[in-house]
Amino acid sequence: MKSFDDLLTSRQGPWIAGGVIGLVAVALAYLGNPGNMGFCVACFTRDIAGALKFHNAPVVQYIRPEITGFILGSFLSAFLFREYSPRGGSSPLVRFGLGVFAMLGALVFLGCPWRAYLRVAGGDWNALYGVAGLVVGVLIGIMFLVKGFSLGAAHKNPKFAGLIMPVIAVALLAFLFIKPSFIAFSEKGPGSQHAPALIALAVGLLVGWLAQRTRFCTVGAIRDVFLMRDFYLFKGILAFIIVAFGANYALGLFKPGFESQPVAHSDQLWNFLGMVLSGLAFTLAGGCPGRQLIMAGEGDSDSGVFVLGMLVGAAIAHNFGAASSGAGIGALGAHVTIIGLVFCLCVGFFSRQKI
Amino acid sequence: MADNIIVVDASGLSCPQPVMETKKALAGLSSGHVEILVDTATSRNNVTRFAENQGWKAVSEEREDGGFKVVLNK
Repeated sequence: MKSFDDLLTSRQGPWIAGGVIGLVAVALAYLGNPGNMGFCVACFTRDIAGALKFHNAPVVQYIRPEITGFILGSFLSAFLFREYSPRGGSSPLVRFGLGVFAMLGALVFLGCPWRAYLRVAGGDWNALYGVAGLVVGVLIGIMFLVKGFSLGAAHKNPKFAGLIMPVIAVALLAFLFIKPSFIAFSEKGPGSQHAPALIALAVGLLVGWLAQRTRFCTVGAIRDVFLMRDFYLFKGILAFIIVAFGANYALGLFKPGFESQPVAHSDQLWNFLGMVLSGLAFTLAGGCPGRQLIMAGEGDSDSGVFVLGMLVGAAIAHNFGAASSGAGIGALGAHVTIIGLVFCLCVGFFSRQKI
Repeated sequence: MADNIIVVDASGLSCPQPVMETKKALAGLSSGHVEILVDTATSRNNVTRFAENQGWKAVSEEREDGGFKVVLNK
């Protein structure tokens, strides 16, 4: 165990984590998750928001055990390897706003960065516009970082504070398995498509552990290449995409093209701009949505607040008709994207802090 | 040179700011002794990796408050 952890935390660790995560992502889609949606932190958080009736879109309501697994896998890993460290207090409300708009941008595109890569690995070329937008969003974020952007330092929190997100994850799991009447479950649409719950939970725990050890981050990977010429995290997403492509190809799930892609639309401009918004919001917040879940599991309250922002963003997206569907972007999709970009640019311009 | 110790407190900062502060501190230094204070194992690893890539020798020690001091020498 010790020697495997040494390998995992070595400079080559991201190859292993990214490869395994790519493989199990395709396995989950094969076992029942929606197409090219082995993992989608945005879509899955949105489904949880629906299950809790924060929104009432009947086709996207399900408690995705993968999300709870990410938090709990990271929590257990951090605890075991003495990296559990409750902290917080770095502009929490700004981070909440970044979470809201990161989600709104992702739901205009129809996927978080994890799913953007998985869509490409499945042959959905619409996602290439999303990945391009993601890179542009990260580059704008880098511009602010270079000019001294900071949301301020977090501080140590009481040990108890770091338990809140893991406890929420356990409560969600209880809702999934007990199925109380106040929780909604989709009977059709993407929310009704899911891998067996126990398998999805086990995979979520596995990914939570691997990502906690290797710091797997689908946004930091791009950021570090441009900002520091550091390819450590990039190895992770490269392995993730290559293995997911191979697995899709082997299972007959690779279907190249623009048309008739699962849970996707072909509006190139808004696929691009939605991910510019997401990429910028994630960069300003310090990591992709998966990374925010992992850090929340490690006890980072600021990441916890970001995740709760995503949950509210999902509710706004569906309650106000801002979420896209296979038919195209929602009535307010363009509006929230522009508002989100203005918000993020303001955050970038006005959050400079000398340490 | 012990009288030229540079200390950078990057505790509590989000990614990638601890590494950027390290980069700033090392810029233009061909040798010296630099200490970077961070609060998480992630930041410790990131600072160590960056400094080693720049040819610095990095040794980290745990601080009493649970954070880390990464000592860089060249």
